[in-house]
Amino acid sequence: MNQEQKHDLELLAAKIRLDVLKMLQHRGYGHLGGSLSIVELMSVLYGKQLHIDPKNPQMPDRDRVVLSKGHAGPGWYSVLAEKGYFDPSWLYTLNEGGTRLPSHPDRLKTPGVDMTTGSLGQGTSSAAGIATGLKLKGSKAYVYCIVGDGELNEGQCWETFQYLAHYRMNHCIVIIDDNKKQLDGYTKDIMNPFDIAEKMKAFGFHVETAKGNSVEAIDEAIEKVKQVQDQAVCIVLDSIKGAGVPYFENMMANHSVKFNTDEINAATDQAIQALEAYIQKEATSHV
Amino acid sequence: MYKLTEDRTKKGKELRTVFVDTLLKLMATDENIVALDGDLGGASKFTEIAKTYSDRFIQCGISEANMVGVSAGMSTVGFKPFMHTFGPFATRRVYDQIYLSGAYAGNTINIYGSDPGFCAGPNGGTHTTWEDVALMRAIPNAIVCDAADAVQLAWIIEEFAKREGVHYIRANRKACRNVYQEGSTFELGKGILLKEGSDVLIITAGQLVSDALDCAQNLEKQNLSVSVIDMFCIKPLDVDLIIKEAKGKKAVVTFENHSITGGLGSAVAEVLAENNISVPFKRHGVNERFGQVGTPEFLQKEFKLTAQDLEETIKTLLK
Repeated sequence: MNQEQKHDLELLAAKIRLDVLKMLQHRGYGHLGGSLSIVELMSVLYGKQLHIDPKNPQMPDRDRVVLSKGHAGPGWYSVLAEKGYFDPSWLYTLNEGGTRLPSHPDRLKTPGVDMTTGSLGQGTSSAAGIATGLKLKGSKAYVYCIVGDGELNEGQCWETFQYLAHYRMNHCIVIIDDNKKQLDGYTKDIMNPFDIAEKMKAFGFHVETAKGNSVEAIDEAIEKVKQVQDQAVCIVLDSIKGAGVPYFENMMANHSVKFNTDEINAATDQAIQALEAYIQKEATSHV
Repeated sequence: MYKLTEDRTKKGKELRTVFVDTLLKLMATDENIVALDGDLGGASKFTEIAKTYSDRFIQCGISEANMVGVSAGMSTVGFKPFMHTFGPFATRRVYDQIYLSGAYAGNTINIYGSDPGFCAGPNGGTHTTWEDVALMRAIPNAIVCDAADAVQLAWIIEEFAKREGVHYIRANRKACRNVYQEGSTFELGKGILLKEGSDVLIITAGQLVSDALDCAQNLEKQNLSVSVIDMFCIKPLDVDLIIKEAKGKKAVVTFENHSITGGLGSAVAEVLAENNISVPFKRHGVNERFGQVGTPEFLQKEFKLTAQDLEETIKTLLK
């Protein structure tokens, strides 16, 4: 990745992070922590890796994204808006009655969303099915399946991983967002995942790890797994729940945040101002 | 149009063979049809499909939840999946997957839940489903069918293959008695008035249709005039036919290889109640019991699902 690409992806990440903060603060509540931990991933996918056409969301040989950790919908909607799948004003309709942006993604409502998710574990199987179908149709498209570390509590994930490994489905890239926390606390305290990368290796996967806040590392990991033939592939993102906003990184219960105190709103306002200043500066700077 | 078979004592082909043969026929002209099984491909004979279409039979292993999800994912890219496992594993074990990844997400999944109710035989209580219709009926816009025989099963499969959505068919794997002649056609959402009578109405489905016809014959020998409806399509339900046929009867009885909670009997009761049809009514089925081991013949008797049991229910209701 050259410096210009890195600059552009970091800028896109800042825009996604800004959108997430603004939309959730506007709504007054929402799944903040897990949306922020995948911001850099979304930037790399939509800014560089995905073969897509936002003007033609149904393009047959497009790459697919399945956000199995569906509660991170706001993180996804932000990048879809930035890429022009729909008008950014939609972001402020999140969770309103009649919205096309429900808390958890719905393929029948939102352009760019190929699979409905929200009941944890299920998206992994859907991604496997999409990959199976694409392969059967002779497509070379990739399926990116984004899974939460807490979501790994669900047995269905492991059914899927067996399936992907058995069929050596290297075109279904499993990305585990290891942000260390789930709703009730640290994953190690709620239901210890132990060493996720080693588990995936034991299941038969080729595994790469990447820092979740580094667009370079994420991109490099994706490039590496794309070289793997004849084996299922997985990237474990070493990420931070609430990433990119120190106040929210330090907030223990940040899975779902209510913007109902002066302190929280002041911290959010501050983060928004900082991101806006960064975006304004970087958007006009040249590497 | 349908024609009743001339010899109701004869059995047709094994229903699993009919299922596979029908799929193979459809797959020859529709490359989007795929078959999935969860390590019961030998039991369903779905593995036979792999001999002709090796890439369109997908072995999912003993992972039913994943199998439903894989079906849903394949649907999003244009495939029409037909998946099989035993009835309880095809429904109650994977209900949320069918409900969300399938129906709610707007995907197409055709589900063959085999060996319903007493057909589970020696596999016993763990493999018995007497609640599959209740569950599947509660899924918005799902189609739920219970096949009376081999001819009807083949027709239902062909009809499902033409449609989008979640479709459930419960049917034995083994052979059952013929009801219809080859070439008979039906209509989803329309019950079949097999016999018209003035005293009693039996509404039934699945392979109990044959037993219901036996019962009707016996009752007619006792000077009772009996109507029999094959309500093979339990959802959408033929409300008009129920209203028309129930009115003025001395007794209306539903007869199902299913719990009386939530199945055909409940569906008919809802129609009668909501349409102010006051008629002596009884749901004849399984009441607050779990399955157990035994031959299907033994279990049919044990759970009081024979023609004779139905006759007793009707006579009690007429008293």
